[in-house]
Amino acid sequence: MTRAFLIFMGAFAAILMSFTALALVPSLQLAAIEPTPGTTNYTFEERLGKQVYMREGCIYCHTQQVRPNGFGSDMDRGWGPRGSLPGDYVYDDTHQLGTMRTGPDLHDIASRQPSRDWQLAHLYQPRSVSPGSVMPAYPYLFEVKNEAEVRASEVTVPISGDYAPPEGQVVVATDEALALYEYLMTLEMQEVDDS
Amino acid sequence: MADSSSSGTVSMPESSASSDGTLEANWRRTVDRSTKWPVIAFIASGTFWLLVGSVLAIIASLKFNMPDWLVQQGWLTFGRVRPAHLNTVIYGWISMTGVGVATWLWARLLKTRLRGQGLLLTSVGLWNVGMVIGTIGILAGYSRAIEWVEMPLLAFAFIVPAMAMVTAAFLLTLRERRVHHLFISVWYTGAAMLWGPFLVIAILLPIYSGVPESTANWWYAHNILGLWITPIALAAAYYLIPKVIGRPVYSYHLSYLGFWTLALFYNWAGAHHLVGGPVPQWTTTVSIVFSMMMIIPVVVVAVNHHLTVVGHFKKVIYSPTLRFVVFGAMSYTAVSLQGSFQSLRAWQEITHFTQYTIAHSHLGVYAFATMILFGATYYIMPRVMEWEWESPRLVSIHFWTTGLGIGIYITALFIGGVIQGLQLLDPDVAFLQIVEDLKPWFWVRSVGGTLMTIGHFVFAYLLYRIIMRQGAPQTGPTYFRPAPEDMFRSRNTESAPALDEQPGL
Ligand code: HEC
Ligand code: HEM
Repeated sequence: MTRAFLIFMGAFAAILMSFTALALVPSLQLAAIEPTPGTTNYTFEERLGKQVYMREGCIYCHTQQVRPNGFGSDMDRGWGPRGSLPGDYVYDDTHQLGTMRTGPDLHDIASRQPSRDWQLAHLYQPRSVSPGSVMPAYPYLFEVKNEAEVRASEVTVPISGDYAPPEGQVVVATDEALALYEYLMTLEMQEVDDS
Repeated sequence: MADSSSSGTVSMPESSASSDGTLEANWRRTVDRSTKWPVIAFIASGTFWLLVGSVLAIIASLKFNMPDWLVQQGWLTFGRVRPAHLNTVIYGWISMTGVGVATWLWARLLKTRLRGQGLLLTSVGLWNVGMVIGTIGILAGYSRAIEWVEMPLLAFAFIVPAMAMVTAAFLLTLRERRVHHLFISVWYTGAAMLWGPFLVIAILLPIYSGVPESTANWWYAHNILGLWITPIALAAAYYLIPKVIGRPVYSYHLSYLGFWTLALFYNWAGAHHLVGGPVPQWTTTVSIVFSMMMIIPVVVVAVNHHLTVVGHFKKVIYSPTLRFVVFGAMSYTAVSLQGSFQSLRAWQEITHFTQYTIAHSHLGVYAFATMILFGATYYIMPRVMEWEWESPRLVSIHFWTTGLGIGIYITALFIGGVIQGLQLLDPDVAFLQIVEDLKPWFWVRSVGGTLMTIGHFVFAYLLYRIIMRQGAPQTGPTYFRPAPEDMFRSRNTESAPALDEQPGL
């Protein structure tokens, strides 16, 4: 008993310490983090959009964390007006900070690219607006319909060039695509005084 | 099973060593046999997930080359295939095969029959059900989108009890141990069996959100590597290298030092994934400090293994086990030293968000852990099956496809990743230009990955054949080429003082 017990209890104690310091305590102090200006809770539709973002794994190519000046060139690239702060994420019950930048950071995408037409066309077929992109196309978030069947309430997506639908047909965004767009539009950073 | 292992000699290993070779061989065989079904079930299941994971990996990789391939439905979109790949290879291949290897080591090193076989076999069943639910769940769109914990909760409802059952079986066996001294591999394995389930339970607690969730997330993900996968792989290396070479570990004191420094330092290092991010400064600073301190255990292990092998290096020409395990052990040193230095801010600034990180993770999970698991399987299966590997040539093909494949893979992404990182730092380089410049490296990665996958299918075939006891019966152990007389002690006369019964253990 004794020797083995000591070894394994020691090993276990080691991990308990870091768990407490790195996982438990920060989570208990969660309530102390104030939302930054402009950070509001998600609407129903935005939340749905975030679920699409999570389901489709956008996180594996896009970060949502802008590095402050002096560390990387994020701000010079126009990816945000400041470094990201904990208060930007208070309503994210699943964080999407990410670790990979196969695509650009998206934490401030709403300021950079607010156009719904652009965003939807890009999701339908990234290469229709960004030639050479390796981002996947998401045609299943859209429907291609006969022009005549499109209802007034539906949102059509202008696609021209190689990826345009056949004559007489149009690309229509599904509710999921629209929700995803709404979610992307929540990703907007405002300057704060003391950063 | 009334067996020779209950004879008095085994509890005093020192005396049994030279006096009675047959007795020694007999209890060994009994202990090996007691592990047979759990070991087969875990290793075979793990290998099944390796194949699934490899196919997913190839799909994910080719999607960088052909982004409009397989996009008509959500099932195979990149953002689902990639986490499905990660989860199948981490929780399926490495974890399940790792448990299989650990199970065998555990009984051998405690010199007692395995207890809790029923628990272990139930565990394999639950674990596989969990993996099926998890993999299909991710592909069907139920990913939790928390990196390294993507599988839906329902999958973990099977996997967590499965892990707990493994721990229980290990404790039952530990109670019946017939050794006074615990060899270092026992330390590593036993600790992993506590750390692993604890980690998974801890990250599933419904208490995290926002930025604190991200620190918890990386605390977890890094520890799954460092405190679940690493100790199991190191335990196997610590046992197999001296065993195949036929001389004891260079220094026991160093191995204890290596263990405690790993246990104390590693678990603080994970937040280096968040350097420069919106997390409290102290967490990343702590993680950098401890990442640097990790140099100690790594160098200790490296020196220890190196000094064990020194003078016997040419044995890797003959022994498949040794060749895979030495490849893995050398990669451990490489990946860990690299890891320590890349936690530094100056290094992170360049490489952090790039493909370089992917190269680093494959150096770890593949070139280190996976290669050691291959080597261990080559050693263990003949002992539990009492049957030899069918074809040294196929083993050799397996080694070269995987060895070269991973070499190509990581070289491509190290170079591509550093270029990507430097270009990202220069705001004058357009983003689409960076994407364009990465494309050739993505192709090279696909080539390397295809080679590795071919190797995996060869390995799976060999495993199938040995489990079915097919192929012509062989007389001696499988070597790449006929080994000179008395270079290796043959398995049947495994009686000379071997590592696990060295005096002073
Ligand atoms: C395989 C990697 C990959 C995946 C997965 C991916 N993207 Fe992208 N994304 C890119 C790349 C590369 C670019 C830059 C080229 C371009 O504009 O298409 C990009 C660009 C973008 C942009 C424009 C950014 C800018 O600065 O103009 C947005 C918005 C975007 N992606 C959203 C998404 C969303 C939403 C998802 C998930 C549904 C997603 N991406 C999935 C790779 C990816
Ligand atoms: C059994 C062996 C393997 C293991 C254990 C493994 C493990 C992993 C891990 C842990 C990641 C996530 C990396 C990170 O987030 O930092 C990953 C990503 C990936 N792996 Fe593997 N892998 C294996 C084999 C392969 C093979 C054979 C290929 C074939 C090309 C491959 C291709 C990929 C790709 C494309 C990614 C995603 C990269 C990205 O997001 O940019 N892997 N793998």
